[in-house]
Amino acid sequence: MGTPRATWVWVGRENELAMAEQGFAVEPRFLASGDTALVVEFGDRMDRHISALVLNLRRRVQEAGIAGVGEAVPTFRSLMVHYDPLVIHARELETRLMPLIKGLEAEALVGQRWLFPTCYEGEDYAPDLADVAEAVGISSAEVVAMHASVEHLVYMIGFLPGQAYMGDLPDVLKLPRRTSPRIKVAAGSVSIAIGQTTVYTYDSPGGWHIIGRTAVPLFEPTRDRPALLSPGDTVRFVPVSRNTYDDMQAASAEGAFDIDTLRADE
Amino acid sequence: MSAHLRVIAPGLATSVQDTGRFGYQRFGVPTAGVLDRVAMAAANTIVGNEPDMAVLEMLYLGPTLEVAAGSVRVACVGLGAGMEVTEGQTTRQVPALESARLGIGARLRVMVGRNAMSCVLAIEGGFALPAVMESRSTFVRAGIGGFEGRALAAGDLLPLALEEAEARDEVRLPDLDLALPSRVRVVLGPQDDYFTPSAIETFLSEPYEVTRAADRMGLRLSGTPLAHAKGYNIVSDGIATGSIQVPGDGQPIILLADRQTTGGYPKIATVASADLPVLGRVGPGTKLQFEAVRIEVAEDLRRAQAGIEAGWRQQLEPANAVKGVRDASLYDANLISGVADAWMGDQLD
Repeated sequence: MGTPRATWVWVGRENELAMAEQGFAVEPRFLASGDTALVVEFGDRMDRHISALVLNLRRRVQEAGIAGVGEAVPTFRSLMVHYDPLVIHARELETRLMPLIKGLEAEALVGQRWLFPTCYEGEDYAPDLADVAEAVGISSAEVVAMHASVEHLVYMIGFLPGQAYMGDLPDVLKLPRRTSPRIKVAAGSVSIAIGQTTVYTYDSPGGWHIIGRTAVPLFEPTRDRPALLSPGDTVRFVPVSRNTYDDMQAASAEGAFDIDTLRADE
Repeated sequence: MSAHLRVIAPGLATSVQDTGRFGYQRFGVPTAGVLDRVAMAAANTIVGNEPDMAVLEMLYLGPTLEVAAGSVRVACVGLGAGMEVTEGQTTRQVPALESARLGIGARLRVMVGRNAMSCVLAIEGGFALPAVMESRSTFVRAGIGGFEGRALAAGDLLPLALEEAEARDEVRLPDLDLALPSRVRVVLGPQDDYFTPSAIETFLSEPYEVTRAADRMGLRLSGTPLAHAKGYNIVSDGIATGSIQVPGDGQPIILLADRQTTGGYPKIATVASADLPVLGRVGPGTKLQFEAVRIEVAEDLRRAQAGIEAGWRQQLEPANAVKGVRDASLYDANLISGVADAWMGDQLD
């Protein structure tokens, strides 16, 4: 067809072997996303090993301070490096990224550990809890106990400001999305689907199963760090009563929620 | 005394925008920013601002504003755009690409071109609004930035940085071509391998029309459906402004300023950054013809565009220059290129 291809695999034979020795499960590729973003793709699936490579590379890119590179956005399986084409060319950017990729380790980043008080009660706060329990064949109390029993890793943030995609759910709780998405899901809704958990940061449409509600203020534009969660952080959901949630929500609405109380290791 | 623009009628979706909010995408914050970067830079240049100062961007239907300041200097830029200024009993038209100084109490109606999606209005000195996360761009869905994080509403008082416009003659920027190029240049990928070869050929040979679902999020296109080779769900991946994603129905969507930071549909191609401004400018019904270029070509196009923009300040001419004289001077300038700037400068003083 003679159409110019923007997609190329950059690793030469030598690099490929070096990467294999270093334990790369998947050979990373550079994929052009126009002339303002370059994707470093480590795989096409959700996987902690791949995620660790992505998050470590993001940190290295930030530390390298490459002129013309504005920011790097991690996802489950790739890092999108946004750049200014008036300052740096894609080819040059690749050359600068290669040494950062070469020695990359899949060691998990140690992020902040958070505790999120969560009310798993009622038709209003947990409208899908009973359905989820029925679908997976256990009791609602067991769903809550399982969801609250594991540390959920923040793989990435997307969709809306501060909204984290966390995993992995215990196998028993793995369900597809709802067949009919809701037009409005309330902010603070703790929701599960496709093996993951998310907390809606704003009222928005959504197709995940809502099993609880938290008052944690996840995004405040005027805070020093607007988004509470960063990729690499972990969250443990702690069941609390409706009254406790309501009190926390009132504090949150007044801007009086002390987020430092949510840190697990302090 | 403080200086404001009072919003008499807000228009359909009028918001404060600059080049965008960068550095927060990994926290899920879209860049937002002006749809038509070229129009913004031109309008700012005409009123004497730095090219990237925050402007008012309006979609489809422009606002009516009243000057609540000693005076203001404004300029609008957009395809088929213009301004109607009423001072006392007098109403006058001010074309796009030309500055105008308005006194206290003047009313300004900005008109978006009939076939256009957006135009911008620059104000000398800009707005007295705080930057939120390093930008004055409004991201309406999350209530971030600009004027109270939202589109303008009737009765709003938009604070201005200057109480008086600088005393100087009005200018215009001649010969700025705002029209759609015959081909919109794209770089294939990052998921072109999710499409059949014939889908890629179709995408690059057939026209795709901008539908009425065209806003700051993106442009939904309509044309021959594009077949996926291996499904239409991918594990979420980053999105760039200009990414062309293709969901299950096979109809492409060009993602613009208010796009999500990440998404789960495969992206067949990405619009070259030099061709993005015009996509934020043209409106529904526009037929787009895509052409694939190598990334190096896209980079060259952008550099060439930046070079042209860098020359605008020297090209400004008096707003009251007679058309025929201007054409003649350009003709002469072409004949003696190299000394054109100096020669024109002498004539214009």
